[in-house]
Amino acid sequence: MLKPVLVLAESLRGEIPDLTFEVLGAGRYLADVMGVPLYALLLGRQAAPLADRLSLADEIVVMDNPQWDPPGEQASAAALLQVRRQTEAGLILLAGSNLTLGVGAVLAARTDLPLVNFCRAARVEEDSLVLTCQWCAGKVFAEVRLSGAQGIVVLMPGAFPPRTDHQPRSAKVTPLAVPGDTPPLTFHRYLDPEPGAVDIAKQPVLVGVGRGLQDRSNLPLAEQLAAALGGAVCGSRPVIDQGWLALSRLVGKSGMTVRPRVYLALGISGAPEHWEGMQNSEYIIAVNTDPRAPIFNSAHYGVVGDALELLPRLLEKVQARKR
Amino acid sequence: MDPVRVSWLGVPGLLLLWALAATASGLFAWRCLRLVGLLKQGRFEDRFDHPGRRRRHALRHVLLQPRIFHERSIGLPHFVMFWGFVIYAACFCWSLMRGLLPFLPVPYPEEVPPVAAALEFFAVLVLLALGVALVRRQLVAPPYLHRSRDALLILAWIGFLMVTTLLGAAFRTVREGESHFVASPISHWMSGLFSELTVSQAGKWEAVMWWAHMVGVLGFLVYLPHSKHLHLVAAPFNVFFSQAATRPPGDLSLRGIRHDVTLGAARWPELTWKQLLAGFACAECGRCDRACPATASGYPLQPQQIVQKIRQQILQHGRSGPLARSRPPAPRLVGDVITPAEVWACATCMACMERCAVWNEHVPILVALRRHLVSEGQVDRGVQVALASLQRYGNAFGKSERLRARWVQAPGLTLCDARREPVEYLWFVGDFASFDPRCESATRCTAQLFVRAGLDVGLLHEAEWNAGNDVRRLGEEGLFELLRQKNQQAMTQARFQAVVTTDPHTFNTLRNEYSWNGSAVPVRHHTEVLEGLLASGRLTVRRPLAGRVTYHDPCYLGRYNGIYEPPRRLLRRLGLDLVEMPRHRERSFCCGAGGGRIWMTETERPRERPAESRVREAATLPEVHTLVVACPKDLAMFRDALKTTGCEGRLAVKEIAELVAEATLER
Amino acid sequence: MNLIVCWKLVPDTVEELVLDADARALDPEAVRYKLGDADDHALEQALLLKEKHGGTVTVVALEAPEVDDALWTALAKGADRAVKLTLPQLDLGTAALAAAFASWLRSAGLLEPAETFVLTGSQAMDDLEGELAPYLAEALHLPFVGVVSGVARDETGRTVRVIKEFAGGLRGEFEVPLPAVLGIQAAERPPRYVPVARVRAVMKSGRIEAADVPLPARPRQWQPARLYFPDATRRVQWLEGPPDSVADQLVEVLVQRGLL
Repeated sequence: MLKPVLVLAESLRGEIPDLTFEVLGAGRYLADVMGVPLYALLLGRQAAPLADRLSLADEIVVMDNPQWDPPGEQASAAALLQVRRQTEAGLILLAGSNLTLGVGAVLAARTDLPLVNFCRAARVEEDSLVLTCQWCAGKVFAEVRLSGAQGIVVLMPGAFPPRTDHQPRSAKVTPLAVPGDTPPLTFHRYLDPEPGAVDIAKQPVLVGVGRGLQDRSNLPLAEQLAAALGGAVCGSRPVIDQGWLALSRLVGKSGMTVRPRVYLALGISGAPEHWEGMQNSEYIIAVNTDPRAPIFNSAHYGVVGDALELLPRLLEKVQARKR
Repeated sequence: MDPVRVSWLGVPGLLLLWALAATASGLFAWRCLRLVGLLKQGRFEDRFDHPGRRRRHALRHVLLQPRIFHERSIGLPHFVMFWGFVIYAACFCWSLMRGLLPFLPVPYPEEVPPVAAALEFFAVLVLLALGVALVRRQLVAPPYLHRSRDALLILAWIGFLMVTTLLGAAFRTVREGESHFVASPISHWMSGLFSELTVSQAGKWEAVMWWAHMVGVLGFLVYLPHSKHLHLVAAPFNVFFSQAATRPPGDLSLRGIRHDVTLGAARWPELTWKQLLAGFACAECGRCDRACPATASGYPLQPQQIVQKIRQQILQHGRSGPLARSRPPAPRLVGDVITPAEVWACATCMACMERCAVWNEHVPILVALRRHLVSEGQVDRGVQVALASLQRYGNAFGKSERLRARWVQAPGLTLCDARREPVEYLWFVGDFASFDPRCESATRCTAQLFVRAGLDVGLLHEAEWNAGNDVRRLGEEGLFELLRQKNQQAMTQARFQAVVTTDPHTFNTLRNEYSWNGSAVPVRHHTEVLEGLLASGRLTVRRPLAGRVTYHDPCYLGRYNGIYEPPRRLLRRLGLDLVEMPRHRERSFCCGAGGGRIWMTETERPRERPAESRVREAATLPEVHTLVVACPKDLAMFRDALKTTGCEGRLAVKEIAELVAEATLER
Repeated sequence: MNLIVCWKLVPDTVEELVLDADARALDPEAVRYKLGDADDHALEQALLLKEKHGGTVTVVALEAPEVDDALWTALAKGADRAVKLTLPQLDLGTAALAAAFASWLRSAGLLEPAETFVLTGSQAMDDLEGELAPYLAEALHLPFVGVVSGVARDETGRTVRVIKEFAGGLRGEFEVPLPAVLGIQAAERPPRYVPVARVRAVMKSGRIEAADVPLPARPRQWQPARLYFPDATRRVQWLEGPPDSVADQLVEVLVQRGLL
């Protein structure tokens, strides 16, 4: 008999981060395959109003604590532990985000559950959960078998499709008291990023522009596309040199090394000094008129064509999709 | 009539002359001793080897001054002033001796007609030269000229000395009543102006001129060591002690040192005495600034300023004698006086040293300052990443050393392992040629040419580490030592007769800074080897190439090691028409990559990068389609600059081996 | 301040990785170890705190090939003590490693001063069982904050204010009572460069202490069923057609990647 699945839903400043919906989607899938209920634990200050966004779960446990804005790792783990006792959950799914990093290890230390990190894929085989994890920055993959599908699994960002849809029946929302033994960690304040300063190394999506963009007046199109995708524009050396973009947007030699989830290279040939700065992007989509441009050697998806023709159409479709 | 017999205000002339001469030479000697005392506070280095070679070097460059003539507008005037100075100084000493010791049975120099004629001749020449210098300074001053009161004062002073000489000769002519028109046309002509004077009046005026001249020279003697004209005294010593007199300037090691060089120099006494002497020898002519690619590009470096700032530090904070111990420590050179940006802007191309008329050595000074910054851990992020990679993997590319010889894995290439079997040539490939994708084709071509010619060549494979040339010039002396040890260890396991490399940087350090267990192993650049192979017929030109090309002299091949001809001969053998850029051979303009600059992060765009300036220079040559290079870093820098200058399509950048392969190998 | 930096070295992925015969671990003969970036930052943060407030920095590292290089470098950078812990068995899980650190730190009495910081890299690429810092905090029963990019000491010396990074440039400030375990993501300044000459000088004058620690009760939480290399020859997938259709295909790709 398999035990229920429990996911930790993050909340930060009254918002549920996108990664939570990836974890929720993975939890829903596994719970359905295993035929067990899916619980979601929602933590944070004034988190309760957010609960209905998680109704893909069967039951949502809410711990609303004015001091948890956001909670510390050990507090989150203590809360999970309490919910696990009540729900008898066997599988706990966590996001591999900065907010949740460490929660799994604390929980593993306080239970005898095994923790599996960097999970990219999961499937159920009889009463076992078979996980594919990356190791050593993705150079090696490990296959891990959790018998009885019991354990703590931390999911790689971007590995599971997010789900924001709802169950046909409405989920039960249960408020729960805050565990008393939390360590005395005090939250003081948020520090917002400086306006205007964009750290391209931290963007999930980068739209890289090269000389194929031809003219500075085409740059706003790329910027709008980047904004629609939740990322930023960066450039190769010639573009920076012409003063189209600030030096802080340079990728490659003399610039930044970036690892976004998606790198969209528009009109970039992929000279080594650029390539070395973006080669480790999770996904590379390259658009270039020259089919032999070296950028295609490291790209996952390639389009042979003029970036300028593609850009307005792509922007339109992306914006339409967002609406 | 003897001028020392004249009394001045009741003081006998002889006594006055003794008093003046004693005071002036005393002050001069005191100043010189103080300056030497300050130099002695610098660190010791041995520049006393091979005195014969040093003497020959100094004689040539002090007496003939070939480097002065590189700039024509001032070359000849300076030469004339110098020789005028020499003649006048000699005659002054003669005159002074004769005046001080009236019992000597010799006449005054101006009493000897040929000497008088020579003095007059030079006085006129020097006045003309002064005119040129004055016009150049005041009316058509080039923008680089450092205009100072000091310089004007000196020019006026020299003029005064010349005028007193001429007037003295004119009065003599009046007094003696005889004319030496042929030998002394000017004084003869001038004597006409004073023809109303009586003989005794003329004699009096002649004595006045003699005294004015003597006082002028003695005053000059006192003033000289306080001015930029200290170079008159310091430069000959500086040339005598210059490294180029006895060994290649490309060798950064110091001889006979007693201090830890890895710490570099934080304050002026931590430089060596020879490096301090540079400040005294500098004539503030600005030749170094005009040659410097960093200055030209708008980077914050002017080599002359570095030397001048050090000189100011010495004079301002240096105390010799018993005071030396009680004084507060001098400010830090880098940080307080010189900015780190200045120190890091240098590409160590040696253009400044090549031009310097007094043979100052700017690059080693900058490296000493860099060593201090490195010892404090103050290095650029990009440099730090490169150095960390060099420590761990032996290359700056962050690649596993096991991949170093991966490029060899191509069909038809069989290069043996020099550690397993003896070879004639050990090919030390170098980082860029091994790892940079832009250099792959050039490296392969070189390999194919060696194989085709049947050259017995082998590699060290993964045992080869970066040779350390640029690491040393970045100031990371400890890492250079480590790299050199690793390579020397690897090379003791190999048997070879000579070393060949395509990289001029590697070439320089292997040739000048590595020891080969006492045996003299020739280190050759691939252009030399390929030229030899073509000359001996081991490679033959099958398809002569046509068209006009230009060739860029790599700093570390040309200025550092004097190799200019082999690559040119090679290009001509291929049938190419070689057109020189305005800046060629010794005047070659650096690509900006040397001295570790290639690893540094660019924080702001300079006016024009050196490589861009160079590519534009090549692109302006009529009908020249190819810029030929003989250095892997040049290949990377210039191909990049082609893109940023928009010269792509108009000009191609090719490694010389690629052209040789095109002409000699079957397709 | 009593600053303790705990290090476990990670496999160097610049080198080719080789699996052992039954493909359940890396071949110990072929693997080369190096200090992870975050661990390097943890040392830098400790050195910055020492420079500002005084104290001692003790670096404790688990035995691994090349750990000596890392420890000599730490001493050259300004650490006061370097200790190498030897376990009877290699290839332990992170939880067991944390237990080993904890038992040695306790037995050496290093945790006694009130103003004690235990710093370690907030994450490492071989953290298959989770991160070292939280396990260490649990084993030592100390409070913990991870993904830290700034540490400021309180005047009383009883608490410390830390900056934790969230996402997209957003950060938060927390107050933690001491002693505490901090998972350092980035020091306030990038790790300093230490010249080779200084490292060599320290190798002559300094000393690396060595200590044996017993095998923890549970060496690993789990064993991988197998390890394998992902398909390295990833080939570009061409999207073809008129611009409109290519744009549609690209939108699909972006949707698959979870960006839309």
